[in-house]
Amino acid sequence: MENLNSISDEKIIQDLLPQKFNRSGRIWTGVLIAICLVGVYAYYRQLRYGLVVTSMRDYVSWGIYISNFVFFVAISLVGSLITAVFRLSRVEWSTPLTRIAEIIAVAAIIFASIIIIVDMGSPERFYNLFIHGRVQSPIIWDVIVITTYFFISILLLYFPLLPDIKILLRYKETNDNRFKYLAKFYSFLGSFWKGTPEQFKLSERAINILCITIIPVAFTIHTVTSWLFATTYRPGWDSTNFGAYFISGAFLVGGGGVLVAMYVFRKAYHLEKYITEEHFEKMGKMVVLLALLYLYFNINEYLVPAFKMKKSEEAHLTGLFTGEFAPLFWFAILVGMILPIIILLFKRGRKPLPVFVAGIMVVIGAWFKRYLIVTPTLLHPFLPMTNVPDSYRHYFPSWEEWAIALGSLAGALLVITILSRIFPIIPIHETLTEQHETAD
Amino acid sequence: MIEENKENINPESKTTNRRNLLKYGFLTAGLTVAGIGLKKVFSEGNDPGETVKVLTPDGKVYETCSTQLKEYRPGPVTNAEARKGIPNKKFVMVIDLAKCDGCKKCTEACQAMHYTEPDREWIKVFKMHEAEATAPFYFPKPCFHCDNPPCTKVCPVNATFKREDGIVLIDNERCIGCRMCMAACPYSTRFFNWSAPDEKQTAQLGNAAYSPEQSVPRKIGTVEKCDFCPDMIRQGKMPACVSGCPMNVIYFGDQNEDAVTNASGVTVKLSQLLEDNAGYRHLEELGTEPRVYYLPPKNRKYPTPNVNAPGGRENKKPTELNMGDMHM
Repeated sequence: MENLNSISDEKIIQDLLPQKFNRSGRIWTGVLIAICLVGVYAYYRQLRYGLVVTSMRDYVSWGIYISNFVFFVAISLVGSLITAVFRLSRVEWSTPLTRIAEIIAVAAIIFASIIIIVDMGSPERFYNLFIHGRVQSPIIWDVIVITTYFFISILLLYFPLLPDIKILLRYKETNDNRFKYLAKFYSFLGSFWKGTPEQFKLSERAINILCITIIPVAFTIHTVTSWLFATTYRPGWDSTNFGAYFISGAFLVGGGGVLVAMYVFRKAYHLEKYITEEHFEKMGKMVVLLALLYLYFNINEYLVPAFKMKKSEEAHLTGLFTGEFAPLFWFAILVGMILPIIILLFKRGRKPLPVFVAGIMVVIGAWFKRYLIVTPTLLHPFLPMTNVPDSYRHYFPSWEEWAIALGSLAGALLVITILSRIFPIIPIHETLTEQHETAD
Repeated sequence: MIEENKENINPESKTTNRRNLLKYGFLTAGLTVAGIGLKKVFSEGNDPGETVKVLTPDGKVYETCSTQLKEYRPGPVTNAEARKGIPNKKFVMVIDLAKCDGCKKCTEACQAMHYTEPDREWIKVFKMHEAEATAPFYFPKPCFHCDNPPCTKVCPVNATFKREDGIVLIDNERCIGCRMCMAACPYSTRFFNWSAPDEKQTAQLGNAAYSPEQSVPRKIGTVEKCDFCPDMIRQGKMPACVSGCPMNVIYFGDQNEDAVTNASGVTVKLSQLLEDNAGYRHLEELGTEPRVYYLPPKNRKYPTPNVNAPGGRENKKPTELNMGDMHM
C-alpha cells in the first residue's frame, strides 16, 4: 500500500474510525429491521400453528429453511479463507479485507444456527440435543462443529480487534460524540489491553493457533453439512462428491460475498485509499479460481450420473436439466458460475463495479443453487408419490417461509451493518503497522 | 394401573425390582383380560340405559349404566418397556403380492386403528409397473422395520429407535422434529405432524396416556409412521392391516418361531413360505435389511391394475378367497 505512505497516522485513524450512519445508512438499517420484524411475525405464526404454515409436506420435508441454512454455513466459510488461509500464507494485501470476512462469517454462522432452530418442528425440545444427544447422528456432528466454528470465529474477530479498541478508547477522552454510547462497551471489551509487547506476543500466538485450527473446523462444518444429505440413499444426495462440492461452493459464495461487501463499504465509508482497485483485481482473480473449481465439482456431480442415467436418478436429473427445475438450474449455473467467470477473467472486468456485479451474481446464484440441492431430490423418492394431495407433488415456499428466509438474510446483513458501525471495518492497527513497515 | 407401575420403576432399578414389576405386570394383565371378559358378559343383550355390573381392569366391581360402557383399551406400557420391546420375539411380515387386489382395506383398518387422516397412509398401496413388458401389480407398503435402519441411525436424540423384537418406533415425547429420519428413509415411510391433530381426533382420544407403542395421541411437530401395532401384539392380536385384509395378503409372526399367520388365522412356516414362493425384500441392494418380505405377484386371481388410472382399484375383486396353496 505504497499510496498510504504519504498519509499521517492520525489521518489513517480518522479515516478508519467507525462512522455514524448517514441518511442512507439509517434508511438501510430501518429497512433491514422492518424485514426482520416481518420474519419474526411469520415465525410467531409458525410457532402458533405449526410448520403447517410452510409449504413443506411429507415428501418435501425440507425446504428453503434448510437450503438457507446451507447457504449461511457456506458463506461463513469465507472467514476462514480470507483470515486464516491468507494470513498463514502471508498474503499481505488481504489485511483490509480480514475484518470484513470475519464479520460476514460471524453474522452468517449466527443465522445458520437460528434458521436451523426455525426449521425444527418442536424447537421447545432443543435441549434434547444435549440430554439425549447421539453421537452417531450427523445432526449432532453439525451441532458440535458449528458451535466450535462459532466460537473460533468470534475469537478471530475479537483478538485482532483489541489493539483497535485501544485506539477507539483514546477517543473517549476527547468526547467525540461518535463514541458517546459506545465507550462503555469498548472498555468492557478491551480495557485490559495495554498494548504491551507481551500482550502483542500472546495475541499473535493466539491468532496463529486460531488460524490453524479454524481451517480443519471450517472444512468440517461444511463437509458435515453436506453429509446431512450424502448419508442418505436419495438420488441427487447419495454422492461421494458432496463434501468437496460443498466446500468449493462455500468458498465461492464467501468470496462473492466479500466482493460485494468490499464494494459497498468502500463506497459508504469512502475507503478508496484502503480498499484499492488492486484489491478488486486480486479478489476478482481469486473468485475466478474458486468459480472454476466449483464448476469442476458441478460437472462431476451432474455429468457422471447423467452418463449412466440410472433409473432412480433419471427423474431427478431430467427434472433439473430439462424439466420443472430447468430454468432455476441453468440460472444457478450461468449466473452463479459461468457469467462471473467470464466477467472476472478479463482485466476490465476486475474493476470495482463489474466485480461488484459479479459478486452479486455469485451470491444470488449460490442461494438458488442450495435450493436446487435440497428440494428437487425430495420430489423424486424411490417409490412414486401415490394417494397424496396434489400440493404434496410440488413445492413453492409459503409467504411465511419467504418472510423468515428473507428476515434471516436481512438479519445477517443487520449484524454486519451494526458491527461495521461499532468497529473499524478495516483493521486500524494492522494498517498502521504495515504502513510503517513499508515506509522503512 | 400403569401409573402405579410407573412409581415402582426407577430407570436404574435392580433385577429384583424388575422381577417384582414383571409379577405385578402379569397380575394386572390377568385382571385386564378378566375385566374385558366380564364386561362382555354383562353388556350382552342389554337395552340401552340398563344398569349393569362391571369389573374394572384394576379389579373393582362397579354398577353403571350400560350406555356408559366403552371398550377397554389397556393402558400403555412404560417408555422403558416400549423402547426395549417384547422379549424373545423377532417380528416379521410377509406380503403376498399374488393375492393383493389393491382394495386398500389394510390402509383403512390401519387408519381406523390409529385415528389417521384419510390422506395419511401408514400402509400405502402402490400400483407398480416396472417396465413396459412386465405385468403391473399392487404393492402394499408398511414401514419395513429394517434391521439396518437408516432412520434411527440419523436421529440426533434417539427419538426413533430399534427394539430387540425388531420393531422400529418413534417416541413423540422426545422427537425434536428435525425430519432427518424422513430424509434418510428411502421408502417414504415417515410422516410429519405439520399441524396439531384435529378436534375430532382429540375428542376421540380424550387425554389417553401416550406410549410409543400406540403412536397416539399424536403431537404437533413430531414424526409418525407404521408401528407394527405392538399394543395389539401385546394383547395377542394381529396388527390392524393384517387382520383387516380380506384377501389374506399379509402374514405376520415371529421369526424366532419361524411362523407367520394371516387374517384367516392360517399359520404357515415362514422359511417354507419364502422358499416356495421366492420371497424377496424391496430394494434389497440398499442394504437396509427390511423385516418385511414380499412374495412375487405370479398367478394372480384378480384383474391386473390399470396403471394409467390414478390411485385405487378399478375392478371389483373376486370374492372367493384362494387359500389352498398357502397351507403347509
